[in-house]
Amino acid sequence: MEYDSSKLMREFAPQIEKTSKSWYLVFATLLAFFLFGIFGLYTQITKGHVVTGMRDNVVWGVYIVNFIFFMGMSYAGALISGILYLFKSSWRGPVIRMAELITIISLFIGPVFILFCIGRLDRLYYLILFPRIQSPITWDVIAISTDLIGCIIFLYLSFIEDFAKLRDYKELQLPKWRKRLYKYLALGYQETPWQYKIISHTKNIMAAMVIAIAIIVYSVLAWIFGVTLQPGWHSTIFGPYFVIAAVYSGTGMLIVVMWIFRKVYKLEEYITEKHFVNVGVLLLILAAFFGYFTFSDYLTKWYGSIKMDKVLIDKLFTSEYYYMFIASNYLGVLVPIIVVGIKKFRTITNITIAGLITVVSLWFNRYLIVVPTLETPYFPIQDVRSEWLSYSVTWVEMSLILAGISVFCMLFMLASKFVPIISISEMEKHTGETRGLMRD
Amino acid sequence: MAKNEKSKNISRRNFLGTGFLLGAGAITAGGVVLAAGNAIPEISGKKIKLLTQDGKIIEVDETAVLDAEQNLSEKEIRDGIPGRKFVMVVDLSKCKNVRKCISKCQEKHGLQPDQEFMKVLLMQDDKNSAPYWFPKPCYHCDQPACVKVCPVDATYKRHDGIVLIDNERCVGCKFCVAGCPYSARIFHWKEVELPIELANRKYSSETSVPAKKGTVSKCDFCPDQSRQGKLPHCVTACPMGVIYFGDMNEDTVTNGDETIRFTDIIRDRAGYRYLADLGTAPLVYYLPPVNRQFPFESGLESVTDEVKERYKNTEYMKSKKE
Repeated sequence: MEYDSSKLMREFAPQIEKTSKSWYLVFATLLAFFLFGIFGLYTQITKGHVVTGMRDNVVWGVYIVNFIFFMGMSYAGALISGILYLFKSSWRGPVIRMAELITIISLFIGPVFILFCIGRLDRLYYLILFPRIQSPITWDVIAISTDLIGCIIFLYLSFIEDFAKLRDYKELQLPKWRKRLYKYLALGYQETPWQYKIISHTKNIMAAMVIAIAIIVYSVLAWIFGVTLQPGWHSTIFGPYFVIAAVYSGTGMLIVVMWIFRKVYKLEEYITEKHFVNVGVLLLILAAFFGYFTFSDYLTKWYGSIKMDKVLIDKLFTSEYYYMFIASNYLGVLVPIIVVGIKKFRTITNITIAGLITVVSLWFNRYLIVVPTLETPYFPIQDVRSEWLSYSVTWVEMSLILAGISVFCMLFMLASKFVPIISISEMEKHTGETRGLMRD
Repeated sequence: MAKNEKSKNISRRNFLGTGFLLGAGAITAGGVVLAAGNAIPEISGKKIKLLTQDGKIIEVDETAVLDAEQNLSEKEIRDGIPGRKFVMVVDLSKCKNVRKCISKCQEKHGLQPDQEFMKVLLMQDDKNSAPYWFPKPCYHCDQPACVKVCPVDATYKRHDGIVLIDNERCVGCKFCVAGCPYSARIFHWKEVELPIELANRKYSSETSVPAKKGTVSKCDFCPDQSRQGKLPHCVTACPMGVIYFGDMNEDTVTNGDETIRFTDIIRDRAGYRYLADLGTAPLVYYLPPVNRQFPFESGLESVTDEVKERYKNTEYMKSKKE
């Protein structure tokens, strides 16, 4: 299929120009959740962390789980868009922008969750003022800020051509300041051969760098757990395991996002079953890898059965966390493999459901990494208070999780009003590349 | 013995002395300038005899003696008490869960009843082995897992072996709490309630008082006591003399009544460090619970129901119920 820019602009301009009532309704609902989260945060700051479910043994709860989860999705987005871009996948056009948006949006949300876990936010700048390079948290500060800058540059580069198109599209019905904004953001890009060469070159370099940074950052995140001596955490496999889990959850999220935007903005012509199957196959491969890593990690712990590992494994395999373990590590692996692997099941709806299951089960996978270990210290917890023995989420933590999810959705909604949700320049290039191939 | 026995005696007495004279002597030994000429309020005329570092007895005015802990510089606190290498020995054969160490520690550190620097656990290695009472302070490891992971240098290892927390530096990330394999650390989850005299004290890492909301605390081995030549509160509070505290350099530990050579007791009584295989090199040694002075059950007699309730999930309590 061939696309030219004026047809695409005509197609996508309404998405930016017009905003439906239901859009506002959904946005207002999400905003309400967000404000509820702000109230929860206010409660936590004034009353202290006692309002959370965290206590002296389980000092990290769902905040850290969410932190890993959102960071994971972010790196995954970077990795996917980077790989798709670098390897010039012919079908990347319609999905690459969404992967990029997942990256940048979750990258803004993820680190905020770790802030909720910090006892003294007023001293946060100490991390810069008195850094100790021995601490994995310092590694994280360096890695995440590098990643943030790298991703912003990469994404901005990929937006420039579309900003230029929005600037040049005369019929665009938008207030003057919006048009002027596009003009500034386009940085005078005119698609001259020289400009085109420079921007492609830079994007190639940045795509490669973003892939490398993503692997490093997610490994560092895993090492926060891996370097400790705690049962269940002290594992050499955690670095690559976390990287795979991240890409896996991000791919699942991409499928869900594709499905939603396809429905909402009627993109059936652009995002076809082919795209779902292609991303689905990626999901299947990652599911296999993820399953392999999970199996390998737990097999060695179970087979060796060091005392504390055994206590932890018993909680996961047979008692307290039995159902959660099945939901996250059995369903989360098997469902995508079966749905995508068997041709009969390979429909858009099924693949989307598999994607959703992946995202949810990966959240629980992180929960099972963080919480049960903290509930299983070397010394028995001898306490009468039940909240000291086992962790449970409070309304404050719940409100902040919901706020996080609603900010994720809100930023997506806002982004779709700011740039075409399908990258017009990528679509055009795709056409160009196909033509080039045919000539060869 | 390579060391001169006489000088050894003196320094041991410096350390062990509980009387004020010798206690103040230990302050000089600790390198704190007592009679610094600045800002002495007024001369009372009452003289005190003090022992200097080189063994001379001097006489100074009472008001010239300054409270050591109030006048230590940040560097002095972070360096530790010169020449010391503190060590604790816990004799498990004597502990009968009286819990005086806990209550005294809580009182002196302004802790709530639910906050414990020192814990007494009911331990039983497996269901066929004998249960025993297990006092557990911070182990002040030589390879501290907590210090390694601190991103802002808020927790540190001193030359005298003690691991302390500076709660004016701590950002409350709780990585040290998650990283400590011995569950030694507590977090201040809410506003700290303190008796007025503790709340008004100037903060010092050596006393851990006053604690602050959103930061981490733990057992500090009471270096403020050591600077005054006194023993940690848990040691003096224990009526059974379970806990011995001392100096590895002097090869001496004491529980206040009895003073013994550290290497001898570790050798003769097969002293060990709990979970030492983690490589953390703790400074707290245990003497195994053999030839016990009290039957294990006596540890359940004097305690409240609330305390008994804590042990309900242990193998011992479960088997007792059956």
